Amino acid sequence: MDELRVLSVCGNLGYGFPKTSLDNGLARDPHIMGADNGSTDAGPYYLGSGDQLTKREQIRRDLGFSLAAARKKKIPYIIGSAGTAGGNPHVDSVLDTMRELAKRDGHRFKLAVIRSEMDKEFIKRAVREKKTRTLGKLPELTEEMVDESVRIVGQMGLEPFMTALEGGADVVLAGRSCDTAIYTSYAAMQGFDLGLAFHMAKIIECGAQCALPIGANDCILGTLREDHFELEPMNEGMRVTPGSVAAHMMYEQPDPYLFYEPEGVIDLKDSEFEQIGERRVRVSGSRFVQAQTPTIKIEGVRLRGYRTIAVAGMTDPRLIASLDEVEANVKNTVADMVRGALSPEDYELRFIFYGRDGVMGRLAADESSAPREVGVVMEAIAKDQTTANAVLSLTRSTFLHAGFEGRKATAGNLAFPFSPSDFEGGPVYEFHIYHLVELEDASAPFEVEFAQVG
Amino acid sequence: MERLYDLAEVLRSKNAGPLHITLDLLFADEATYRRVADSEALTPGVVSELYEMAPEQVKIVHFDAANAIKITIPRKGPTSGAPGDRDVYGAQQHGPLLGLMIP
Repeated sequence: MDELRVLSVCGNLGYGFPKTSLDNGLARDPHIMGADNGSTDAGPYYLGSGDQLTKREQIRRDLGFSLAAARKKKIPYIIGSAGTAGGNPHVDSVLDTMRELAKRDGHRFKLAVIRSEMDKEFIKRAVREKKTRTLGKLPELTEEMVDESVRIVGQMGLEPFMTALEGGADVVLAGRSCDTAIYTSYAAMQGFDLGLAFHMAKIIECGAQCALPIGANDCILGTLREDHFELEPMNEGMRVTPGSVAAHMMYEQPDPYLFYEPEGVIDLKDSEFEQIGERRVRVSGSRFVQAQTPTIKIEGVRLRGYRTIAVAGMTDPRLIASLDEVEANVKNTVADMVRGALSPEDYELRFIFYGRDGVMGRLAADESSAPREVGVVMEAIAKDQTTANAVLSLTRSTFLHAGFEGRKATAGNLAFPFSPSDFEGGPVYEFHIYHLVELEDASAPFEVEFAQVG
Repeated sequence: MERLYDLAEVLRSKNAGPLHITLDLLFADEATYRRVADSEALTPGVVSELYEMAPEQVKIVHFDAANAIKITIPRKGPTSGAPGDRDVYGAQQHGPLLGLMIP
């Protein structure tokens, strides 16, 4: 094989890509198609709850078009990090939509499903064998942390995808995946240089995010050859330049010169970017250095409780100047009122003052000018929803009528935009596992199941 | 002296995983990039003061191919999206850099 043409459908399946871009991509006769469908960016809720960030209607549209395209061309189609978080409920939800679409559109294909939920005993054994390590501020992993997790997924690398493709899968639906593995696995099977293949994958997994104008929700074609690869956006209104491609290597990762995969590290120090025509860029010089022991990243969440919030605005200058005092008084009053029923560790209460320092906290401190309006978000988290509702309700009414030095607006402190004012947020989760696990066999935890669809 | 916010074409922040924030500064041309990169105005020490953390927690990489500077820092509070976090995507953490004066 002299050249491998890889079509990336978009940066996140479900965000919506232009159908014309997909058609343009198909006209280039790609050998394989792929799409990423997940991330930790939206926070811990999705892994914990099993819900998806992209809704079924969104998946139905994007998967409908792209699945039809892959089946029309009879080329493999790989979807990674199914359903946002890649756990079993997420995979099952996308699988259900896929079966519905296959029935609707009359597709027949061999499907491989690769699951990524980690068996807790498997991870605890790794903890005992000291094969796990922290990736930053979280403490080293313990068996207790594994036990208290709601769900743990592992990011699969190349091997499970290669197993699926070697087994003749037309469509691969994978749980939590390294974004690069989606696009590198087929290239690796064909014997292409892994430095180039991984680098190309790292760029196209974001769709046309590397293009001008930026378009994460658009299709891009990667063409991999022996000693270079080329990138070309499939939207005719977009182009890539050496600058735009290089700049993309900054995106969402800590080091533009290096990135780590389960199989090793990709070194971009000697990568070169060359403009080809108006809209294409050629990349060469990227190198792969194999790791001695493969590692995978695992992600896990624990339940912190249930949330209720209320939103309100404030305009009174004396109130705005007294918010620290009011906050302290409200917290104390609430603690007094619930004494006997709840102890301090049974609930969490927070106030976010937008317009004052809502995002940056003390780093935003600017004493020079008082804001004309401040918005407050009151948040209660408790062990169950009923308790959170009650704590928030008490907090809201206490804040509404709280007194402070020099108060003039004695009828109420808060402008509520909504009735009812309080909103249930449901379960609240927290990433408490984000660790590396060393494995003898990086494919071991990821089971590949084949099924005939249609 | 000019503000970093005025010199940069792109000045953004984003999660690099749920534990880190990465700040990107992209400049329109090499001269502006070199002006900032070669100045002593943007060092781990300066960034650590702006974000109230230890200098050794701040990693700064100069990326000539894109006329860009990348700064990566740990999240100081909870992990992304945990109770008490106020920026789940880490997309508005660049504020403290805006007013930095560059000779």
